[in-house]
Amino acid sequence: MTDACLTFKDLTLGYNSHPAVHHLNGSIRSGSLTAVVGANGSGKSTLMKGIVGVLKPMAGICTVTSGKRVAYLPQQSELDRSFPARVVDLVSLGLWPRRGLLGRYTREDRDSVSKALMAVGLEGFEKRAIDTLSGGQLQRALFARVLVQDADLILLDEPFNAVDAKTVGDLIKLIQRWHGENRTVMVVAHDLELVRAHFPNTLLLARQPVAWGETQEVLRPENLLKARRFDEAWHDDAPWCEPDDGHGHAHSHAHAHGHDERHHHDHGEVHDHPDHESGPRAA
Amino acid sequence: MYDFLIAPFVEFGFMQRALAGSLMLALGACPVGVFLMLRRMSLTGDAMAHAILPGAAAGFLLYGLQIVPMTIGGLIAGVIVALGAGAVSRFTVQREDASMAAFYLISLALGVLIVSLRGSSVDLMHVLFGTVLALNDDALTLIALISGVTLLTLAIFWRALVAECLDPLFLRSVSRLGTPAHFIFLGLVVLNLVGGFQALGTLLSVGLMMLPAAAARFWTSRVEPMCVLAFGFGAISCVSGLLVSYHASLPSGPAIILSAGAIYLASILFGTRGVFNTRLRRHRHRTA
Repeated sequence: MTDACLTFKDLTLGYNSHPAVHHLNGSIRSGSLTAVVGANGSGKSTLMKGIVGVLKPMAGICTVTSGKRVAYLPQQSELDRSFPARVVDLVSLGLWPRRGLLGRYTREDRDSVSKALMAVGLEGFEKRAIDTLSGGQLQRALFARVLVQDADLILLDEPFNAVDAKTVGDLIKLIQRWHGENRTVMVVAHDLELVRAHFPNTLLLARQPVAWGETQEVLRPENLLKARRFDEAWHDDAPWCEPDDGHGHAHSHAHAHGHDERHHHDHGEVHDHPDHESGPRAA
Repeated sequence: MYDFLIAPFVEFGFMQRALAGSLMLALGACPVGVFLMLRRMSLTGDAMAHAILPGAAAGFLLYGLQIVPMTIGGLIAGVIVALGAGAVSRFTVQREDASMAAFYLISLALGVLIVSLRGSSVDLMHVLFGTVLALNDDALTLIALISGVTLLTLAIFWRALVAECLDPLFLRSVSRLGTPAHFIFLGLVVLNLVGGFQALGTLLSVGLMMLPAAAARFWTSRVEPMCVLAFGFGAISCVSGLLVSYHASLPSGPAIILSAGAIYLASILFGTRGVFNTRLRRHRHRTA
């Protein structure tokens, strides 16, 4: 696929030699809008962290096509809300990719910040301290920061959590706007109705991909059942996952934890599913 | 009035030096203190102050009460402890408070051991509590240099420091500067504590770093004014501490820190975000 924005090659991500995302292969097309769904513990957030690079792969590689800028909105933000900052300070952090450590903020930059605040419905909130914002307002401000980042690949990890229906609607509109601007967007979500209504592509994860492709195909009952049977637990006595020469696994890649190259297979129902489910082939 | 406030500084060279030294110290140390507080590392300053002891003591043991060897020794010991504790917390499961406690306790014990090799506890008191009234040219130059380096470094890394405090995960997702910024900041903490120990001693220099910062938190909710205000409080503490020390014949270091302490206590009560304003006064509220 020539216009891939993001490519996974035998990507395994995890913690303490236990995989949370296991042998993921495939690619995300430039300009696509993909929902990532799956049970708790199925590796959705881990995948996001792997793409951004805050978590090093245990095996395999994840490549963001060079020149593509990434914006990431984590599920568990490490945002310190007691820090004395205003909404405009928080949103201006999004200028970092453009201005870096020392670049001066220009009038244009400040305009882009106020435009972003307007787009998320927070005009007039510029000078508010961030510790006075409600959960939904904070989420809007974080979306404004993503807007300011002006990224080609946008990763949103459960952005609709604890957010009221109106805000969800507004955030969906922003996501669709990004989609319309031919940006690549991946969103971790739990509300399947929402996914069916607004996301053309879906990746259903249960440590391994259960299904990946067009949303109505992926979210079929048999796939959902398969994903629900997924065994989330780690087993300390799980056998080591041996490199399978037939697929040319590149297990000698990065080993952030200095562990043995091999890693556990799970005992889950999804085990019999082929490891090498490929990505969406939609044009 | 003139006799009380101005004359001591005009008439006596040692008072002028003490004032210049402590003001320059406040210029660098107070903003550093603000960031320490905002990073919830307020006690780290205290730990670091103990941690530089073995280096300073080793310098003292080898060269006597000389500022340069003691400073270099303190700097080395401080950097080792800061890097060690910082690295353990960044790259292992242990949090910074625990690793910092472990490293500074080891360092402090080593320091006491080294001082005891020389003998008297008077020496130890001198290292720990310094004397602002005996600043020589070397010490003043050193303090000026340190506050200059501190302000320059803060100006350069300001955005990274703010981002690292406000949203560290975001900074990691857009830049690799988070970890270097953290270590550079720890370096500044060590540098300012070392700069302060000739004047105020290792223990009291933490006071000039943390008390004005803690007081400033009660007055403003933005970082830039907080740093300026902290310096203002630090400067007032230096002047009033030196005056009290002069007129009442009290030791100058503790007088400066107690002045800062008085400002802190007053800020708790009367600051715009203090007790009276947020708890006791009945507020009218708007309809929306």
